[in-house]
Amino acid sequence: MKVSRLTEKIKESNAKGRTALVPFLPGGYPDLDKFWDEIIELDKNGADVIEIGMPFSDPVADGPVVEAASLKSLENGVNLKWIISGLKGCRDKIDAGVLLMGYLNPVLQYGIEQFAKDAQEAGVDGLIIADMPYEEGVEIKKILAEHDISLVPLVGLNTSRERMKLYAKDATGFVYFVSVLGTTGDRDTLPEDVKKGLEMAQELFDIPVALGFGLKRPEQLVALDGLVDAAVFGSALIRHVEAGKSCREFMEIWK
Amino acid sequence: MKKGYYGEFGGQFVPELLMPPLLELEEAMKTIMKSAEFCDEYTRLLTDFIGRPTAMTHCRNLSRELGFNLWLKREDLAHTGAHKINNTVGQALLTQMMGKTTLLAETGAGQHGVATACAASLLDLDCEIYMGAVDVERQSHNVKRMELFGAKVVPVESGTKTLKDAINAAMRKWIADQETTHYCFGTAAGAHPFPLLVRELQSIIGREAKAQFVEKNGKLPDYVVACVGGGSNAIGMFHDFVPEESVKIIGVEAGGTGEPGCYNSAPISLGTTGVLHGMNTKLLQTEEGQILPSHSVSAGLDYPGVGPEHVYLHDSGRVEYAIINDGQAINAFKTMCRKEGILPALESSHAVAWALENKDSIPAGSNVLVNLSGRGDKDMDIFEKYTAEYGN
Ligand SMILES: Cc1ncc(COP(=O)(O)O)c(C=O)c1O
Repeated sequence: MKVSRLTEKIKESNAKGRTALVPFLPGGYPDLDKFWDEIIELDKNGADVIEIGMPFSDPVADGPVVEAASLKSLENGVNLKWIISGLKGCRDKIDAGVLLMGYLNPVLQYGIEQFAKDAQEAGVDGLIIADMPYEEGVEIKKILAEHDISLVPLVGLNTSRERMKLYAKDATGFVYFVSVLGTTGDRDTLPEDVKKGLEMAQELFDIPVALGFGLKRPEQLVALDGLVDAAVFGSALIRHVEAGKSCREFMEIWK
Repeated sequence: MKKGYYGEFGGQFVPELLMPPLLELEEAMKTIMKSAEFCDEYTRLLTDFIGRPTAMTHCRNLSRELGFNLWLKREDLAHTGAHKINNTVGQALLTQMMGKTTLLAETGAGQHGVATACAASLLDLDCEIYMGAVDVERQSHNVKRMELFGAKVVPVESGTKTLKDAINAAMRKWIADQETTHYCFGTAAGAHPFPLLVRELQSIIGREAKAQFVEKNGKLPDYVVACVGGGSNAIGMFHDFVPEESVKIIGVEAGGTGEPGCYNSAPISLGTTGVLHGMNTKLLQTEEGQILPSHSVSAGLDYPGVGPEHVYLHDSGRVEYAIINDGQAINAFKTMCRKEGILPALESSHAVAWALENKDSIPAGSNVLVNLSGRGDKDMDIFEKYTAEYGN
């Protein structure tokens, strides 16, 4: 697999002395008409990688904000086909790397091979599957790699050095460090031991390290200077959009 | 077979953040659960606290009518009124020996919640139970029992507000509290090692039943029958009979109202393969992989998935899975009360109903052993509502 566009985009941003910005919105949120415009807006306003959620009825790793937004998308009739074909239609307007994030079952039902092929054609650079630890992902990772799609691993505060090494062996794109022992959702402070975890991830992975879950304000990253190559925000952005405010405004705070 | 798999079913499909506690649990099963200290204390509790061995009853009146012998393994006589207690006392003891302080659980019918709360009380553990808001309403009696045992009951308002959503909520909570908390999963489903752990703790049902039956009759039963929600009472009943080729084994899924296309709780018979709650199994789902709401008149069978070993036993042809609908279960519920003086749980009534509904194809003189997984006191409100709607 050639160097992932996800890695490139994050490194480009870091080279300019910035933390790469990775906003997350569930596919089809806030509604089907506005969604792609919001994505393009995020791209124009400083997003280096854009994460599009693939809604699932039973999102165990998500907190109430992402869950409610995902369920709303499902009610709006969003499915994987809609996301992939919509992305294909506007990929040339998006400069950022594009990542799909979701749960295994909808991808399985789509068919892994077909998914990898269609996602590649639509310009997807990476995939996060929240309910698939290393052991269960070995086969899928191979199939995705054949289509130049990275399977981005999630690690966390309780991930041992051994398990981190396991992921580091063959990870591409970037590694996603989950900031809390918990679900997605914005929080005011990050746990103390995030720093130690990030240091270990920076030591073991030779791809960029992103921090996500719980991010709300740029100040949260100050104490982690040099350890975070990219910052992911979902719930805070969803709340912002939910309140009727623009994605541009949200990105301003982080630029 | 791959670790944690039954054929292609099973596995550990959880967020990475849950892998450490799952690996820790696997380790505890290998060390603590094999220790003499655990085994001795668990055996003592099974006898002195739960009241094992539970009886095996020959239904004389019904057998005369049916033309074959109907036997019941009486898990309704176990403490708290269902088989669930075998599992929770075992897991609570394990939790205590692992040095954790809190039991976390989900519950559908409330039976597993009651059994968890009871075990927590016995072993001085804190206890938190997640329960779908719909189930909180239809099993209010059990909610009161849990609270009396000192548990905190948390109604779950997301999704379909039933068991599957209670499991999601409990998994989320476990991610956050894994250091102090054990997730006392209620059925032989979920991520490895839960299907194995729960089967180990429930297989006492089949071991006792087999010994009791052979002692009384000098031979094995012809049929062994149990209802399948997640599948714990059934796998516990079946495990010792699976190697016995002469024994026909039947798992009974809940068919809902039985109308064509109705919501049901029969993923083995009517579902498709997919991943939910940590396992690759059969699920009720849309073609796009969204989980469908399930339905059964019995809250304890109302689940869109099923334990992976059952799917394996189905696909290998060893166990037959049948469907019983709400009306047939209600009929069995009443029949058992009127003919035998036994009030079965609506879940268990599905298993009894299989025997009643198949009386013409079961050879005369056969021995049919049904697992009566629990008692039906908890279901009186549902029964009254049902008869008010559909008549007596
Ligand atoms: C009495 C009784 N039987 C059966 C079940 C179904 O569960 P399982 O299939 O795990 O035995 C329940 C679940 O709540 C129950 O309460």
